[in-house]
Amino acid sequence: MNPYPLDPYWMVALKALLVVVGLLTAFAFMTLIERRLLARFQIRMGPNRVGPSGLFQPIADAIKSIFKEDLVVERADKVLFVLAPLLGVVFALLAFGAIPFGPPGSFFGFQPWVVNLDLGILYLFAVSEMAIYGIFLAGWASGSKYSLLGSLRSSASLISYELGLGIALLAPVLLVGSLNLNDIVNWQKENGWLFLYAFPAFLVYAIAALAEAARTPFDLPEAEQELVGGYHTEYSSIKWALFQMTEYIHFITASALIPTLFLGGWTMPFFNVPYLWMFLKIAFFLFLFIWIRATWFRLRYDQLLRFGWGFLFPVALVWFLITALVVALGLPRVYLVYLSGLSFLALLGATFYSPKPVRKGGGA
Amino acid sequence: MKDYLDPVETLEEPKELRTEVMTLNVGPQHPSTHGVLRVVVTLSGEEVLDLVPHIGYLHTGFEKNMENRTYTQVITYTPRMDYLHSFAHDLAYALAVEKLVGAVVPPRAQTIRIILNELSRLASHLVFLGTGLLDLGALTPFFYAFRERETILDLFEWVTGQRFHHNYIRIGGVKEDLPEEFVPELKKFLEVMPHRIDEYEALFAESPIFYERARGVGVIPPEVAINLGLTGGSLRASGVNYDVRKAYPYAGYETYQFDVPLGEHGDVFDRMIIRIREMRESVKIIRQALERLEPGPVRDPNPQITPPPRHLLETSMEAVIYHFKHYTEGFHPPKGEVYVPTESARGELGYYIVSDGGSMPYRVKVRAPSFVNLQSLPYAAKGEQVPDMVAIIASLDPVMGDVDR
Repeated sequence: MNPYPLDPYWMVALKALLVVVGLLTAFAFMTLIERRLLARFQIRMGPNRVGPSGLFQPIADAIKSIFKEDLVVERADKVLFVLAPLLGVVFALLAFGAIPFGPPGSFFGFQPWVVNLDLGILYLFAVSEMAIYGIFLAGWASGSKYSLLGSLRSSASLISYELGLGIALLAPVLLVGSLNLNDIVNWQKENGWLFLYAFPAFLVYAIAALAEAARTPFDLPEAEQELVGGYHTEYSSIKWALFQMTEYIHFITASALIPTLFLGGWTMPFFNVPYLWMFLKIAFFLFLFIWIRATWFRLRYDQLLRFGWGFLFPVALVWFLITALVVALGLPRVYLVYLSGLSFLALLGATFYSPKPVRKGGGA
Repeated sequence: MKDYLDPVETLEEPKELRTEVMTLNVGPQHPSTHGVLRVVVTLSGEEVLDLVPHIGYLHTGFEKNMENRTYTQVITYTPRMDYLHSFAHDLAYALAVEKLVGAVVPPRAQTIRIILNELSRLASHLVFLGTGLLDLGALTPFFYAFRERETILDLFEWVTGQRFHHNYIRIGGVKEDLPEEFVPELKKFLEVMPHRIDEYEALFAESPIFYERARGVGVIPPEVAINLGLTGGSLRASGVNYDVRKAYPYAGYETYQFDVPLGEHGDVFDRMIIRIREMRESVKIIRQALERLEPGPVRDPNPQITPPPRHLLETSMEAVIYHFKHYTEGFHPPKGEVYVPTESARGELGYYIVSDGGSMPYRVKVRAPSFVNLQSLPYAAKGEQVPDMVAIIASLDPVMGDVDR
């Protein structure tokens, strides 16, 4: 028996529409929220002129970007130049559909997800990695050196974080024994959240997700101070807005996937209301990522490569092997919890007791 | 980049790999060239093979203009060159002319000058830090630095009526005494500032990413730094102990207690940290100066140099004559040449003035630290990557107005 009943097609279509509209709205307001929050971090006001507390700012921005002159650079590859931002947005939107927001039947008697895929995680990988083509082709098609450097950086950083990202996910998949996101959430409901069992994998995944969304400290493809805007240097008007859209949707999707995979998804040990916790968890990660952006520096691109290959990849691999060992030998899973805890303590120790580069007032 | 990609590429085609160097034009309109510096970079991947700075986009002819202004009027031009540490230019020029005419600066004016000069240095270092860290991808320090700078500019506005181009220092003193509110407000600021400097350190100097990005990047060894004529914080970051305030004291700096912070590695990291530590020293100097701020005259009483006070014009014929002569013609220094080096936030700032005995300088040559320091950019940036190049430009702290004049 299928534990996840199917919806009629019209309902799936309706939900797909809802996800698209919802994500686009979320994107619009995320730009506002991010700007306001950054302003808070930076002791300034942020956009607060359009509407109450600047609430209509996204609408003003949308109108502005639609009506601005849409330039196509002379040396650009015209077809790809137009196609690239569309590609990016489409694939960014696709990823969100597989994420469950509640138990079966909690969406007015229908299912709170668009599609329930048995290969959910593979699907997520496939579509979210396709989105890099948007950036890559944009940089290539612009016919500008800055854009080219930006797109080269994005593809180089892709190969560095992608391995860590993929292998980090294998640990939970092994434990759960399914690629289906619903199965993963339900498993966590019964056995406890997965980050308890796989803290290093959780860490690697969260960092790699940050890189995938090209956010600080991994925002090298656009690096305004170096590449003026990177892959979207030559874009203007609505095409530029589409890139922003891609970036923010990746950002939102990443913030939704991390809790789904490691923090119990829509479940909560107490006061279990389907949608509430999911939205709160998403909001938490969105806030965290904005906080990081306000605090950190940008890595250099060889440093991201080294970090991806030298830290994310081995950590994910080691944890995958440990998990595989535990699962294959049928050892009690609680060993993994202990190891997770140990790794967490190790991380804390490394954070607080690592030699600081400079002590206050000390030598350079 | 090559190190990482080579193994993959060599798998299939080891012989026919063709690479091409790329020439990239950075600036004059670019977010991180600190004004209108244009740099033509030859790149292999992201590695900088060669780099040629092009200057002159902000050439304003100040030095030439000065030849057609009386010695007092020139002070309108001086702060416009280095608009970030503008008091350094005012002071250096005034010192040079004072040496030429033999003016005596009263102690109170000396102290006021030192306070303002150090405040201005603080403001300049704050901009340096804010924009420098912005170039490394950190958004927030910029706003924090500008908050403190705003306070300093408010203080300037109190004293001089202007935030940037003060026109306050005069030959033989300063234009007028400090306003009453200034000293208490300055004391408040001095209370806050050290904590803020600690905050900056916590925010970036202890950040591992900053360490990774800045340590060992753009290294200039001491002997190279000396040969390239590097001065100021960038030279001291390489470990050379040369601060004009200590080496050739001027304007009474010899009477103040302060340290000269030195770096060891001469990289971007040291150049940034040196500035932070210099800010601490500046606060120290201002504190000492406040203690010795005694009431007194603020201008040289010599009527040849200083125009008579306004109220005398109604009673004294002599005052009217001096007033007339001063404002139509200015004073006539003796024939001769003079060079006075000072320490601006960017390095050794010197004014070389040739006088032919007229009321206007025959020639003014500014030894601008930004200009000289910029020539170490190709040396420091070769072999580094594009993001490092941006950081190196920021760490050398050029002000384009100072470069082009």
